[in-house]
Amino acid sequence: MIVRILGEGQFQVDDSAAAELNVLDSALEKAVNAGDERALRPALAALLDRVRTLGTPLAEDAIEPSDLILPYADAGLADVREMLHGEGLIPG
Amino acid sequence: MSVMKRVSMIFKAKANKALDKMEDPRETLDYSYQRQLEMLTQVRRGVADVATSRKRVELQMNKLQQDQTRLEGQAKQALGAGREDLAREALSRRAALQTQYGDLETQYHSLQADEEKLTAASQRLQAKVEAFRTQKETIKATYTAAEAQSRIGEAVSGISEEMGDVGMAVQRAQDKTAQMQARAGAIDELMASGALDDVTGTQRDDIQAELDQMRGGHDVELELERLKGEIGGGPKREIESGPVDGQAQATQASGAEQPQAGESS
Repeated sequence: MIVRILGEGQFQVDDSAAAELNVLDSALEKAVNAGDERALRPALAALLDRVRTLGTPLAEDAIEPSDLILPYADAGLADVREMLHGEGLIPG
Repeated sequence: MSVMKRVSMIFKAKANKALDKMEDPRETLDYSYQRQLEMLTQVRRGVADVATSRKRVELQMNKLQQDQTRLEGQAKQALGAGREDLAREALSRRAALQTQYGDLETQYHSLQADEEKLTAASQRLQAKVEAFRTQKETIKATYTAAEAQSRIGEAVSGISEEMGDVGMAVQRAQDKTAQMQARAGAIDELMASGALDDVTGTQRDDIQAELDQMRGGHDVELELERLKGEIGGGPKREIESGPVDGQAQATQASGAEQPQAGESS
């Protein structure tokens, strides 16, 4: 599967990593739902780190939609919430 | 629902909206390509803006560094003249500048990181735009409108996601740059208006003025001694050689510099 980290690019990640990533994603989701900024940052960092470690960057000239998209590394609670609602988020 | 799935759905919805707008899918290719070129220009401008902002912070850092060096020199000079109070003042001002310098340094590194990220994003987009152009021409030349549909869908949603990502990055960088420009502008203005003088400009000159005055004051003392000597009738050497009178006068003319005065006359 292809995973994009916003602001960093796309990674090809083996499907077998999905379970592990889902666990980390759940922790992130919990932090977002609880409005817990302090828990959010390490949860996001852990998830992104795992994607970077497990994945290999996609070729620069590859044009493929991602299966999963992750917030950029320094996103805060407000940023992630905005991303989830999508209002005026993506320019153009 | 999972965060990563929700974010990707929002991006997909955006891409689909763009695809649905076009009646002839091949038109979508040209339209998308135009948007890509615009985005490339935008991201390059973003890189330039961040670079300008970083350079401005760098100039301010250099200025503060110079001020710190000057204050340290003044502290040494004051200490050499036995004015520990002045030296302390100079050093405490230097410490205030150091704090400000630290803030600027943090900003500088943050801008530098943004610049690198945006430059990389610009390169990725450039590579994709070139690949897209080739694909676009192939699809237009080889397929009928109906056949082209699915290939176009894939290429357009792939590139649209990239553009959404880059667009967000540029937006973030611009917001941050605007904030930093405002802060940098405020510091520049304060420096120019003299309101920051308690940590930079004028007070630093106050220290210098006092150091200069000490030297001047020293000369005045010497003149005073000379005049007193003349009015007293005898040459001034008598003041020093006269055991009782000389001692009394030396005490009046506040001590530490008196031996020097004696030596130089």
